Amino acid sequence: MAKVSSFKNMLLTLLATTFISSALLAGVHQLTKKAIEKVEVEKINAGIKKVLPEFANNPSDNISKKFVDGDTVAIYKATDSEGKLIGLAVQTFTNKGYGGRISLLVGFLADGTINNIDVIAHSETPGLGDKIDPRKHPFSIQFQGKNPDTFKLQVRKDGGDVDAISATTVSSRAFCDAVARAYKIFVEEMVKYNPNFASKIQAANDAVSGATKIN
Amino acid sequence: MKIQIILKGIFKENPIFVLMLGMCPTLATTSSAINGFSMGLATTFVLVLSNLTVSLIAKQIPDKVRIPSYVVIIATFVTVIDLLMAGYLPDIHATLGIFIPLIVVNCIVLARAESFAAKNGASNSIVDGLGSGLGFTLALSLLGFARELLGEYAIFGTKLIETDGMVLFILAPGAFIALAYLTVLFNMIKKRLIK
Repeated sequence: MAKVSSFKNMLLTLLATTFISSALLAGVHQLTKKAIEKVEVEKINAGIKKVLPEFANNPSDNISKKFVDGDTVAIYKATDSEGKLIGLAVQTFTNKGYGGRISLLVGFLADGTINNIDVIAHSETPGLGDKIDPRKHPFSIQFQGKNPDTFKLQVRKDGGDVDAISATTVSSRAFCDAVARAYKIFVEEMVKYNPNFASKIQAANDAVSGATKIN
Repeated sequence: MKIQIILKGIFKENPIFVLMLGMCPTLATTSSAINGFSMGLATTFVLVLSNLTVSLIAKQIPDKVRIPSYVVIIATFVTVIDLLMAGYLPDIHATLGIFIPLIVVNCIVLARAESFAAKNGASNSIVDGLGSGLGFTLALSLLGFARELLGEYAIFGTKLIETDGMVLFILAPGAFIALAYLTVLFNMIKKRLIK
């Protein structure tokens, strides 16, 4: 059976075990680092491809980070082959989901129109709240081609223009909250490229706090 | 002899249906057959490697620090597979998410290390890890299959009927219900076979 325990051999055994483990992990980390980074970039690019029309640059090289409502989000810039801005893909979130946080990627065209929305992560109830996912239910499709200047990002029950998923008002509201936050981030970022957007900041800000007032 | 050890892991001492070990990943990751299957394979990988390592060094480890040493060994292999999956199988890694790192605290891995690998030779320990792992994989796949079938009316992601299933079975309570019925079924079949 096992050896008798003495302070010295216990210390040595644990030192040896942890040392070998760390060496092995360092090796595997080195080995997989490139692959993992590649996967991350591909994941981001694939997501951006879903929400924006065809672009020529590599948006994950054109990231600007922004601190919004207690969290850092990324904004990806997509341009065509001549460097002209096609649109921005804005990472956004809400903490008002039925299961907590919902993370979205919203693609805006240069004029502020929503091109498409992809759900990155959520913990909504399967069969009910998870219908915010475009693969499960057409709910999020209704945002396509709408401009938040004229399309009020609240469910109809709250006086907005969004058709909620039946029996799933909390998730639908949370989704609107996340999209309104995305628009706010988008407008603030767009001022860099188009000064006309400066006049829209106030309205976009109010839209987010308006969505927040309910509940 | 070796076949017997494998069969023991699958039937007589099935980690899920008989020993009831490692319930957390069992209930949480089995919302579809594929998820259950990949979780089972990841655990099998860890089981085989940790069993092998523990059987090789068990005699060198002082009694009082054996559990910490085993935990370090298991955690190392879990992190290895976590990194490998993140790099080369990103889709499965994304669905299993937090449950891969949680294999560390899956009691079945530590239980096999402590109760079998520490007392047996390397080749038998590998076989034991394989047997328990296969038993675990079988149980998780069956559970995932049943829950997917009832909860989504789908088999391996393909919808049989274009309508919402019994959502309960995808949710947590459905995991308990499905597990209970499968355990009953498993033990009935086991009894028949033994007679």
